[in-house]
Amino acid sequence: MTSNVSVEQNIINSFLRLDRMPHIWCAGCGIGPAMRCFIKAIHRAGLDPDKIAVVSGIGCAGRAAGYLRLDSFHTTHGRALPFAIGLKLGNPELNVVVFSGDGDLVAIGGNHLIHAARRNMDMTVICINNFNYGMTGGQLGPTTPVDARSTTSPYGNIENPFNVPYLVAASGATYVARWTVLHARQLERSIAEAMVKPGFSFIEVISPCPTLYGRMNKQPQGLETMHEYQKRSIVRDGADPKDLDITFDGPIVVGKFVDIERPTFWDQYEQLLDRVSGKEN
Amino acid sequence: MKLWRTPFDQAEKATKPAKVLIDKDRCKGCGYCVEFCPRAVLEMSEELNSKGYTLAIVADESKCLGCGLCEMLCPEFAIYLEPSDNES
Amino acid sequence: MSEDGVLCGTFFMNGDVACAEGAISAGCRFFAGYPITPATEVAERMSERLPHVGGIYIQMEDEIASMSAILGASWAGMKAMTATSGPGFSLMMENLGLGVMLETPCVVVNIQRAGPSTGLPTLPAHADMMQARWGSHGSYEIIALVPSSPQEIFDLTITAFNLSEIYRVPVLVMADEVVGHMSEKVVIPSISPDELSNRRRPTVAPEQYLPYKADGDLVPPMAIAGEGYRFHVTGLTHDEKGYPVMTAEAQDKLVRRLVDKIRLNRRDIIRYDEVDVEDAEVVVCAYGITARIARLAVQQARDSGIRAGLLRLITVWPFAEERIMELAQRVKAFVVPELNYGQIVLEVERCAAGRATTLLVPHMGGSVHLPETILKAIKEVVQ
Repeated sequence: MTSNVSVEQNIINSFLRLDRMPHIWCAGCGIGPAMRCFIKAIHRAGLDPDKIAVVSGIGCAGRAAGYLRLDSFHTTHGRALPFAIGLKLGNPELNVVVFSGDGDLVAIGGNHLIHAARRNMDMTVICINNFNYGMTGGQLGPTTPVDARSTTSPYGNIENPFNVPYLVAASGATYVARWTVLHARQLERSIAEAMVKPGFSFIEVISPCPTLYGRMNKQPQGLETMHEYQKRSIVRDGADPKDLDITFDGPIVVGKFVDIERPTFWDQYEQLLDRVSGKEN
Repeated sequence: MKLWRTPFDQAEKATKPAKVLIDKDRCKGCGYCVEFCPRAVLEMSEELNSKGYTLAIVADESKCLGCGLCEMLCPEFAIYLEPSDNES
Repeated sequence: MSEDGVLCGTFFMNGDVACAEGAISAGCRFFAGYPITPATEVAERMSERLPHVGGIYIQMEDEIASMSAILGASWAGMKAMTATSGPGFSLMMENLGLGVMLETPCVVVNIQRAGPSTGLPTLPAHADMMQARWGSHGSYEIIALVPSSPQEIFDLTITAFNLSEIYRVPVLVMADEVVGHMSEKVVIPSISPDELSNRRRPTVAPEQYLPYKADGDLVPPMAIAGEGYRFHVTGLTHDEKGYPVMTAEAQDKLVRRLVDKIRLNRRDIIRYDEVDVEDAEVVVCAYGITARIARLAVQQARDSGIRAGLLRLITVWPFAEERIMELAQRVKAFVVPELNYGQIVLEVERCAAGRATTLLVPHMGGSVHLPETILKAIKEVVQ
């Protein structure tokens, strides 16, 4: 049966700004499934949507904030994290989620990323990694694998990309996972775990970009990329983050890599407040 | 579906057959739902929607286990599962 | 000190410290900053004092992050501030624009030092006056206040918070190194909460709330995160719902309102101070530390029989153009001493529009004008 569906029929719709549908993402883009996993994760974790704030930077993934019917902030390029830090410290009751792309979070926002992780800011970062800058037309990014083509590496990329989970783990994140969008169930579970876990949680979501990265690297259909994920991904929970490099056609290790306890910035700040006010010696 | 034993995590994993609803005008025809449906419930049609994309359609609803993977993978939020009353 | 940790009484303190105390008296409970000479003492004071009033101090990784963080905190309902100087001010320009676009109340303090680039970190200038007005890209209006003393930086920091809450715009406190580092008597009054302004909040139900629908005063009521309004805000050109709209019409409507909410309310915003202007034939137009030196020069000119007066700008943006236009009808000349090579003089010249002559007395920064230099200029224009 193929029919038009009313709003009430599905919980997803209650989290979408329906007056903004259809979204701008291309056919086969992985951001939609990742956003769906995020919505389902909120539901799974039983969180109050009124207490969730989403902050995005700029780029394709940055548009997610605008489609989510939550308190949502579409900020400047790379600055979602410091904005989110202000929001979280301004109201520690908020569950703050940064939903943005690899270029936004790891290149222009790279400094903010390592420092947010270092401080163990209590927030969840969902980083859509499509290996290139989509919004501006498929340029080389900080995650583009060596040899991959992009509109600014037409002869193949010569730069070494970041191993993003390793970067954030080394910086101090207390929860680090990576999934492809094909691992929808694991991704949903991971986001739910991350959102209820105090501290800086980071989830890298490997996501197809058929229009740009895919087209330039002989996978013009999202389906081909999804099949690649099926072939190339290896689930290895607890893998050492240093072993998570992604090459042009090598294995993609996915799983939950880090899940540790460490006091958050807010835990420490509350102690400081107690110390200052003399409640604690 | 009949099971020869009761899996220990059945409560968590169990699905119920569902009605698959597709919002025609949101579909962009990427084919993820068709490709990854474990029971081949869906197929691509020749039909075009108002935006000119070929659509995913439900071919055989009776095979659906209600796992919801199609719903999760749809980049367009175009697929919805409605629990079916008929649990055969 | 009063019971809630807010200071009250008479103190001997420097401008940076007075600025921090002004913020605390104004209800600021969030400070994000990055150390930079000569504004560091503001951050140091805030890190020491905020925990006493239950506020939050965070040292960010750079000024870009500091500016972003205060915007975030403001959307969580806090009164938030950052403080910096030239190089950091340049880094803040990107998100200052976001603050303007999202209409976010917050205060940015710039204890100005001499530039360009690293320039003279420990020495004064007023070299960022035009950057304050035009530093971020796009067409916008902003409010900038210039204090002349530690007492005034205390007072104006409170004013800055009030104006930013009323007009939902970042307000700049454009002090200079001398005001920042000079210690003087500062009287901190006890301020009751109803003397402070707070942003107008939505009164409608979440379903009816339009984040960017403004009434007559052009300032829309502001929801904050976590209260169930589930609003969306974006740095993209947006409509009343806060949704991006990529059309010339939406751009026209939004930019006009962002600019007009300051322009049309300028009479309530603009502040200046006058000495001996009534019968003046020459008016010295000055601001910040320079205004105090100019005051002496004006006095000396009077003593030597020249009818000189002083117009001290307190708000530099929006500019007191109507007052300059009025004065230009009857005075012979304006003398504009500046700790730069000519910035605000351009505004004075524009408003005088040839009806009175305008003479810049430039000083590239690193020290301040001598009163004699200003006096010489006054004598020059009356001849």
